[in-house]
Amino acid sequence: MARAITPRRKLIVTAAAWSIAILIFFPIFWTILTSFKTEAEAIADPPSLFAFDWTLENYSVVQERSNYFLHFWNSVVLSVGSTLLGLAIAIPAAWSMAFVPGRRTKDVLMWMLSTKMLPSVGVLVPIYLIFRDLGLLDTRIGLVIVLTLINLPIIVWMLYTYFKEIPGEILEAARMDGATLRSEIIYVLTPMAVPGIASTLLLNIILAWNEAFWTLNLTAAKAAPLTAFIASYSSPEGLFYAKLSAASTMAIAPILIMGWFSQKQLVRGLTFGAVK
Amino acid sequence: MSTQQSRASARYMIAPATVLLLAWMLVPLCMTLYYSFRRYRLLTPERTGWVGFRNYESFLTNPAFIDAFFNTLILVVGVLVITVVLGVLLALLLDQPMFGQGIVRVLVIAPFFVMPTVSALVWKNMFMNPVNGLFAYGAKAVGLQPYDFLSQAPLASIIGIVSWQWLPFATLILLTAIQSLDSEQLEAAEMDGAGPLSRFFFIKLPHLSRAITVVILIQTIFLLSIFAEILVTTNGGPGTASTNLTYLVYAQSLLQYDVGRGSAGGVVAIILANIVAIFLMRMIGKNLDA
Repeated sequence: MARAITPRRKLIVTAAAWSIAILIFFPIFWTILTSFKTEAEAIADPPSLFAFDWTLENYSVVQERSNYFLHFWNSVVLSVGSTLLGLAIAIPAAWSMAFVPGRRTKDVLMWMLSTKMLPSVGVLVPIYLIFRDLGLLDTRIGLVIVLTLINLPIIVWMLYTYFKEIPGEILEAARMDGATLRSEIIYVLTPMAVPGIASTLLLNIILAWNEAFWTLNLTAAKAAPLTAFIASYSSPEGLFYAKLSAASTMAIAPILIMGWFSQKQLVRGLTFGAVK
Repeated sequence: MSTQQSRASARYMIAPATVLLLAWMLVPLCMTLYYSFRRYRLLTPERTGWVGFRNYESFLTNPAFIDAFFNTLILVVGVLVITVVLGVLLALLLDQPMFGQGIVRVLVIAPFFVMPTVSALVWKNMFMNPVNGLFAYGAKAVGLQPYDFLSQAPLASIIGIVSWQWLPFATLILLTAIQSLDSEQLEAAEMDGAGPLSRFFFIKLPHLSRAITVVILIQTIFLLSIFAEILVTTNGGPGTASTNLTYLVYAQSLLQYDVGRGSAGGVVAIILANIVAIFLMRMIGKNLDA
């Protein structure tokens, strides 16, 4: 930069940025903190910041009372299952759109994006009735299918933007050297595509983990993931802030950590490659 | 480079994704259309028959529909304005040199990863509750009456919660876009005597227009179908004060068991979303080269 950055300016920027960041993060921090308080301390006036008796009791109460691990496991099965299934369907499609583009490729991609514009609630009734008649309500397999389909356009788009960056000349060179389609895919393409596939995987697990329309409407108890499990805390009973906080902390912790690792891919994935 | 054979195999590889998406779109869509012209209540399933446009009539003339329509509009536009304006400002700030930029980024992006039900419940109980919420303590501490956010200003409160969830997303994308700006262009402008304000309006903002378009597009998709935040905070109330279209259709079909009227509502929601979508796709088509 032509202009020298004065230390004073840097300090002011640092102070402003940190204050705003702490303000934005505060609700999460407060939730985590409250999860270690007793119920009485959770509503104490004035609220205490650190000077309270730290306890882990809420975590065991939440597990005992509402079987946290069952719902945690449901969330894992739904998000990972739907993402893997989605990848299996999307990888061939994105591969051929990136390397053997036809006249219609752009139209197909735009059409896939447009299916995301179809409001879920417009098809809520039929999906609900189909699920009821097929016995899929409150089953994990039913939700895996729905989550796969709603995230499929995003998976295809993400993979497409990654595959697009693999130079086509490499494939041609491999073909010249006599590589078959199969060995081309295994030895040339796969190693170059792995990073893109991995970030697609990560981002879609996050999206599926936090999906809260279909999971709330199509599950009751057995297949309910953490989104629905937490919703059961919406009708308060007595003192429950500390327990709510413990349940919330456990619901968001795994994905918060994954999310921090995937910040960079997030921008690119969610903007369909438009912002990198 | 593509031969006849590779074209044929390409078609087979695209087929599963396209066929599945097509089925996922068309089958329920046709069923929604079909039910929207039928009498079908889950409590009296034996009484069926064609009813013409009566379901649409009763959905559209219900005062709740007008409320839900405007609530949806206010919710989407409100959150968009807040997140884009604050997002631009925050991105400009985070783009400056500072200490601990990595940690600041991590803190700012965090709310995006919190699931909707959790953020809604945390805000509802631990912050906005008029008895035990932190805002109530704050008000009492400075001698004010605690304010019951979710019953006195339900829609504004929900806009606040949703903006908290989406501000990180807007900020992160706009920050990424700002960082790709060529610094030489800024230096040249500065040497020509452009002040900070004109540098912002004539160089940075035009550079951001594409990213802003994308933020608006993606957020609109998600904001039109906000559901969980309303379900766990206000249940659409008091009255219909915080009912959006998504919630209204849900309430008609799964709470009042009227499949016919719910389906008519679904079709209305689809038509309205399509109007928005056509508008947005035209915008993105110009700005986005696939």
